[in-house]
Amino acid sequence: MIKLVNVHMEFKKEKILKNINLEVKKGEVLAIIGASGSGKSTLLRLMIGLLRPTSGQIWVAGTEISKLREDQLDKIRLQMGMVFQYSALFDSMSVGDNVAFGLREHTKLSESEINKKVQEKLKLVDLEGYEHRLPNELSGGMKKRISLARAIAFEPDIVLYDEPSAGLDPIMTAKIDSLIVSLQKVLGVTSVVVTHHMESAFAIADRIAMIHEGEITQIGNVEDIKNSSNPVVQDFINGSKGMTKEVHR
Amino acid sequence: MMVGYLEKIGRSVLSFFENFGAVMMLIYETICQLKHPPNIKHIIVQMSHLGVDSLPIVTLTILFTGMVITLQTAHEFIKYGAQSTVGGIVAISMARELAPVLTGVVAAGRVGAAITAEISTMKVTEQIDALKVMATNPVGYLVVPRLIACMITLPLLVVFADVIGTFGGYLVATFYSGINSVTYMQSINNFMVVHDVTGGVIKSVFFGAIIAIIGCYQGLNARNGAVGVGKATTGSVVSSIIIIFILNCFLSLILYR
Ligand SMILES: Nc1ncnc2c1ncn2[C@@H]1O[C@H](COP(=O)(O)OP(=O)(O)OP(=O)(O)O)[C@@H](O)[C@H]1O
Ligand SMILES: [Mg+2]
Repeated sequence: MIKLVNVHMEFKKEKILKNINLEVKKGEVLAIIGASGSGKSTLLRLMIGLLRPTSGQIWVAGTEISKLREDQLDKIRLQMGMVFQYSALFDSMSVGDNVAFGLREHTKLSESEINKKVQEKLKLVDLEGYEHRLPNELSGGMKKRISLARAIAFEPDIVLYDEPSAGLDPIMTAKIDSLIVSLQKVLGVTSVVVTHHMESAFAIADRIAMIHEGEITQIGNVEDIKNSSNPVVQDFINGSKGMTKEVHR
Repeated sequence: MMVGYLEKIGRSVLSFFENFGAVMMLIYETICQLKHPPNIKHIIVQMSHLGVDSLPIVTLTILFTGMVITLQTAHEFIKYGAQSTVGGIVAISMARELAPVLTGVVAAGRVGAAITAEISTMKVTEQIDALKVMATNPVGYLVVPRLIACMITLPLLVVFADVIGTFGGYLVATFYSGINSVTYMQSINNFMVVHDVTGGVIKSVFFGAIIAIIGCYQGLNARNGAVGVGKATTGSVVSSIIIIFILNCFLSLILYR
């Protein structure tokens, strides 16, 4: 569904991603893990054409997008949704209008049909009754969930999540995780999930890719990653536990 | 020392042409986006913003300008026994130059700044990216309605300003300078032609376009968080005002040959 071939990305001569080759299969959940600043968000932004690679090809649903014009990209993007790391809600619009945005711009649905879909999506993220609020009246975690509702309102085939559960409590995290899985199971959505929560990654992912120093250190299913012999991967998985022990001693 | 200075000049000339090119690109893109029917609702919302935002300050600025202009002309002209020309002079200078330019400047400060602040905030908080991700062209969605709204609203404001400015002149002429109110009105009637007003209105269509395009350009190219928003906003106001003054001179040359 998404395929990156020999992708390099530089910002001002600084190499952020080096020779990335990665395929996201149709209907799978791929988790991307890696340290802060390792280029995970950059990778997602490349996949949806917000950034253009310095070199290499990016295929989405059978089209090479790295050199497309914006209007051609828009056709591809109609099949995609994205949850931004910092939510990126339209702060001049109510929550309801945010979620309805794609439907209003790109479909001829009546207001009552749109309203029904908005309610449905808000219910999925446990925020029914919030449609008249403005984004700046919400907590960070609530914004994140609205951003998720907005991304899936259009019922895209591919959803890119940039840390969907950052800033959420454990119960809400579990809820979002099960939402991602049910979108996959019920609607066959292909998902790429950037996450820091190893628990989440293990729970939802079909495969996990680890980025380290601009390269994909390892990619494999949950077992592969858990039993990885690569010290970088092991450190990343166990790092948090080790740290907690240190602090509590 | 000398080299450093030359380098500085070179760099600012380069950045001028870079910006000029980028603004032209934005204008081109905006025209391309016009092939999709623009969202009437957005245009109306923007127009009401614009009008409501600038009406009070335009009224104040122009009213007092009309008053002082009359004060000065009347004072001099009465000396030479030419009080019958005062009304005409005030009305014509209002319609041709003062109303369009002052309204343009005030709108650049009020409306241009607001446009840039809004769009640059959207830029630095990734809302522009969110628009793109939802297959919505930011130029079509944000720039087109603002451009059209400015190009419609500014001329309306200018016509309003013509009236207010001339009225300010009337107040001073009759109550302070002792010119007969009939003389003042008669003078306007004698000297002023329709083209005095239409010329000014035509100018203001261009000024509206400049305010919108520069405002959006600065907003869309903002960087670096809150600092970037502030920088973009002042940049937008300053460059719109400069361009308005320069363009006004050229337009006057063309329109009032
Ligand atoms: N627009 C940009 N211009 C310059 N450098 C950038 C830009 N965007 C990202 N970078 C750099 O690229 C690197 C990767 O950034 P990215 O946001 O992809 O990291 P990340 O893995 O998502 O980190 P985090 O987990 O903290 O969100 C960082 O070093 C950052 O400084
Ligand atoms: Mg990130």
